[in-house]
Amino acid sequence: MLLSSLIFVPLIGMIVVMLIPKDKFSTIRWTSTIFSMIPMFTSFWITWDYFFNYSGSAAMAYVEGPFKWIPSLNVHYFLGVDGISVPLLFLTGLLSTISIVASFGINKRVKEYFAFFLLLEASMMGVFVSLDFFLFYVFWEIMLVPMYFLIGIWGGPRKEYAAIKFFLYTLFGSIFMLVSILIVYFTSQPHTLNILTLIKQGSALPYTLQMVCFIFFFISFGVKVPIWPLHTWLPDAHVEAPTAVSVILAGVLLKMGTYAMLRISWPMFPKALHSLSFWIAVIGVIAIIYGALVSMAQKDLKKLVAYSSVSHMGYCMVALAAYTSATAITGCMFQMVSHGLITGALFLLVGVLYDRAHTREIAVFGGLSSKLPVYSGIMLLFSMAALGLPGMSGFVSEFMIFIGSFGVLNKVLVSIAVLGVVLGATYMLRMVQKVFLGEFNLERWGGLTDINLREIITVAPLAVLVIAIGVYPKPLADLMSATIQHFITLVVR
Amino acid sequence: MNFQLPEIHISLMLPELFLFIWALLIITFDVVTKRKNEHTVGYLALLGLLIDGAILSVTGYGSGFGNMFFNDPMALFFKVIFLGSAFMAIASSFGLMHQKIVNHRGEFYALILFSTVGMMFLSSSDELLSLYIGLELTTIPLFVLAAFFKDDRLSVEAGMKYFVIGAFSSALMLYGISFLYGLSGTTDLVQMKINLAITHLTFKDIGVILSLAVLLILGGIGFKLALPPFHQWTPDVYEGAPTPVAAFLSVGSKAAGLVAFAKIFINGLYAFYGAEMAPNDWGRLVGVGAILAMIIGNVVAIRQTNIKRMLGYSSIAQVGYIMIGMVSMNEFGLTSVGFYMFTYMFANMGAFAVVAFFEDKSGSCQISSYRGLSKTSPFLATSLTMFLLSLAGIPPLAGFVAKYAVFAAAINMATSGVAYHWIFWLVGIGLLTSVFALFYYVNPVKQMFFSKEDSPYKISLSAPAFTVVLIGLIGIVLFGLYPDPILQFASQISASFGFLPH
Repeated sequence: MLLSSLIFVPLIGMIVVMLIPKDKFSTIRWTSTIFSMIPMFTSFWITWDYFFNYSGSAAMAYVEGPFKWIPSLNVHYFLGVDGISVPLLFLTGLLSTISIVASFGINKRVKEYFAFFLLLEASMMGVFVSLDFFLFYVFWEIMLVPMYFLIGIWGGPRKEYAAIKFFLYTLFGSIFMLVSILIVYFTSQPHTLNILTLIKQGSALPYTLQMVCFIFFFISFGVKVPIWPLHTWLPDAHVEAPTAVSVILAGVLLKMGTYAMLRISWPMFPKALHSLSFWIAVIGVIAIIYGALVSMAQKDLKKLVAYSSVSHMGYCMVALAAYTSATAITGCMFQMVSHGLITGALFLLVGVLYDRAHTREIAVFGGLSSKLPVYSGIMLLFSMAALGLPGMSGFVSEFMIFIGSFGVLNKVLVSIAVLGVVLGATYMLRMVQKVFLGEFNLERWGGLTDINLREIITVAPLAVLVIAIGVYPKPLADLMSATIQHFITLVVR
Repeated sequence: MNFQLPEIHISLMLPELFLFIWALLIITFDVVTKRKNEHTVGYLALLGLLIDGAILSVTGYGSGFGNMFFNDPMALFFKVIFLGSAFMAIASSFGLMHQKIVNHRGEFYALILFSTVGMMFLSSSDELLSLYIGLELTTIPLFVLAAFFKDDRLSVEAGMKYFVIGAFSSALMLYGISFLYGLSGTTDLVQMKINLAITHLTFKDIGVILSLAVLLILGGIGFKLALPPFHQWTPDVYEGAPTPVAAFLSVGSKAAGLVAFAKIFINGLYAFYGAEMAPNDWGRLVGVGAILAMIIGNVVAIRQTNIKRMLGYSSIAQVGYIMIGMVSMNEFGLTSVGFYMFTYMFANMGAFAVVAFFEDKSGSCQISSYRGLSKTSPFLATSLTMFLLSLAGIPPLAGFVAKYAVFAAAINMATSGVAYHWIFWLVGIGLLTSVFALFYYVNPVKQMFFSKEDSPYKISLSAPAFTVVLIGLIGIVLFGLYPDPILQFASQISASFGFLPH
C-alpha cells in the first residue's frame, strides 16, 4: 500500500485541485502542497524504514503484487523498491514538494499548473517503483504529457519549440524501448513482463539479441540522461521551462535514464554490456568534457547550469561503464542524488534572481554580493558543491567514481574525465566572479531585494543534505550497499 | 431432383431487419410530421440504435440462409462497432441539423442507418456475393451522405469523388471475385479455401490469375479502407462531407472494410499467405500497403492546416497500423485488430464530434482557429486533447494499449520464423512514424492550450453532444486502464476462423 500511495495520492490531489474553482489561487496552492507533502513524508518514512529494516539484503522491499491487471497481455501491477530506488524516491518526494512551494509565484492558469504538476509527480514515483515492464513504460510515457504542457504553457519565449522538441525526442527514445520490451517478452519462456524474472533469464539470451536490445534500451534511456549526442533537447527544455519544472527536469527526470540503466538494461544484458562498456565510457567522457566546455561559453545563467548537467551526468555514465566496481556504482548513485540536490538548488536560485531582475544574462550582473549577501552566500555554497569542493556531496560522488573506475576502465580515459573537474571549476568560478564579484551597477540593480523566507525554505533542505552527505556519506552508502553487491553479481555473469 | 430448401433461421437477421424497418419509419415520420420536429427524428434514430443493440445482445450465434448468413463472435464484435459509430455520428449531428439541413433530416438519419445495416449484413455474410451486396449497401448511402450539402461546392465534390472512385473500385472487386469463383467453383469462403488449394495442387500455376484476383480485390477493399495506393479520395471527401459523415466514414466504413478483408483474405485465401504455399504472398503485398499508409498518412498530415483533412490523413495512417495486426496472422493479430478498431472508434468519433461542435459554432475547420479554446471551453479542449493523444498512442489511454497489442502481435509473428522477418520492417516503420504522428496530433493541442489570448468562441454543448464526448472519453480512459474484457472478447474473433497458428 505504501508504494501505491506514492502514486495515487498525487493523482487524487490532481483531481481535487481540478475541482477547486479556478480563481481560488491560495486554496489551490496549499491543497497541492499538502497532496505533495503526503508522498514526500511517505518517501521519507520508506527511506528510514528501509535503512533500518531492509537494507541488509538485496531483495525487493514493500512488494505489492504481482496482481493481474491485463491478463490477455500478461500485464501485472507489480511494485517494489530496493537500495537503488529508495534514494531516488526520497529525492523525488523532496524535490516535488520543494518545486510546488517554489511555484507559488505562478499566477497564470494556476489550477492547471498544479494539476499537471501533481500528475507529473505521480508518474515519476511510478517509474521508480514499477517492476513490470508495461507499467514502467506507461509511467515513463505519461510523464511526457504534463511536462509538455508545463513547458508549453508556462515556459519562456521559445516554449512551444522547446515543449514539442522534448516530447518528440523522448517519444523517439521510447519507441526503441517498446520494441526491446516486446522482443524480450516474446523470447522469454514462459512469456513474462516481470522485470525481475527477465533479469534472471536475460543472460541466457543469444549474443546478437542482447546487443540489439541493449543498444535499443541504451538509446531510449540515453535520451533521458541525456547522453551525448542525444542531449540537444536538454538546453532548450531547461531554459524555456519555468523554474520549478527545470528543477524537476534536472533533479528527477535525468535520473530516470541512469536509474533505468541500473535497474533494467545493465543486469539484463550482461554480455552486451561487457562488449560495449568501453564505448559507454567514451560517451561519458565526451559528455563530461563537452558539457563543461559548452558551459564555459554560455552567456545565460540557466543555460550554464543546463549544460553543466550534461557534464555531471557524464560522470554517471563513466561510473556505469565501470560496472564491475562497487565503488563506481555507489559513486554513480551518489552522483545522481547529489546532482539532483545541487542542480535543483541552482535552478531554484537562478529562478530567484530571474524573478527579480527579469534577465539571466551573466554579463549584465556584477558585484551582487554587496546588495544581496544572503542570496550570494547560498549561491556560492551550491556553486562550490557543483564544482566538487570536499565536504560536500559532489566531491564524494566524483571521488568514488574516479577511484572505482580507475582500476577498471582505460586509465587514459579516466584521466581525461578527471580533467572535467578542473573545467567544472572554471565555469562555476567564472560565473561566480562575473555575477557576484566585481563592480556593482547601482543604477540598474539598486532595486533588487534579497532572497525571501519562502525561497530560503525551498533551498535550505537541499543545502543541509548536500553538506550532510558530503561530511558523512556512510548512511547513504550503507543503504544501497547490499543492492549494489547483488547488482555486481548480476552484471558479471 | 431432390431439392431441399435451406434452413432460414430468420431470427438471426433480426437486428438488421429491425434497423432497416426503423430507418424506413424515420423517413415516414419526418414526412408525416411535415419536417417540423427538428430533434425528434434524431432522438428516434438514436433510440433505434439502442434498441437494435439490445436485440443484438440476445440474438446469439448460429448460421442461417444456407450458411450464407453467419453470426459468429467476429460478426458480433464488429456489429457493436458499427452501431456504436452510427450512434456517435448521429448524436454529433444535431447541431448540423439545426443550422444547415432543414428539409432532409429524416433522410440523413435514415441513410446512416441504411449504411449501418449494410455493414452489419456484411459482417455476417460468409459468402462472396452476399458480402459484396453488404459492401454496396454500406457504400451507396455514404455517397449520398458525402454530398449532402447540395449547395456547397466542396460537399458535392466530395460526393462525386467518393462516388466515382467507389463505383470503380466496386467493379474491380467484382471482377476479382469472378476470378476467385472461376478458380474455385464456389462463392462460399470456407469451401473456397479448400477448392483453391486443390486447384493449386492440381494445376501448379494458378499464380497469375490468383495474383490478379488478389490485386483486384485488394483494390476494391483498399478503397474502403483508404489503404494506399487507393487512398487519394480520403482527405478531399473528409473535408467536403458533413463532419459527422466524415466521422462515420472514418470508423464505420473502415471497420466494414476490415471485416471484408478478414473474411476474404484471412479466411478464403489463407493458404496463400504462408511461405510454403505462396504463388502470391498477399501478406507482403498488404505489408507494403501498410508501410505506404503509415508514411503517407503521417507525413502528409503534418502539413495540413484543416483539421478534417488532418484527421483524414491520420485515418490513413491508422489503417496502416491496423494492417500490421492483420498481416501478423496469428491468433493475437486478429485480437489486436479488433481491439484497435474498437478503441479507434471512441477516439476518432470523439475527435470528429468535437470538430463538428466547433464547426457548428465557428464555421471553421482551420486548426489555427482553435487558438485559445482551452480558456473558453476547457472541457471540450481537454476532451479533444485526450482523443488526439489516444490516437497518437500515449498511455494510459486506450489507443496506447491498441498500438501495443498490434506491435506485440507483429513481433510475436516476426520472431516465430525467418519467413516472417519482414514483419520487423512494419514494426520499425510503424514506430518511427508514430513519432511523426505525435507532431501533428499535438498541433491543435498547442493552439488550444499554449496561446495567451482567449478564443472568441465559447461552445456550449447540447445533451446529445455532451453524451458523445462523454462516451468517447469513458471509452478511451476505461479501456486504456482496463482493456481486458474487450481483449478477451476480441480474442474470440480468431476462433471464427479456427485454424490459425498459436
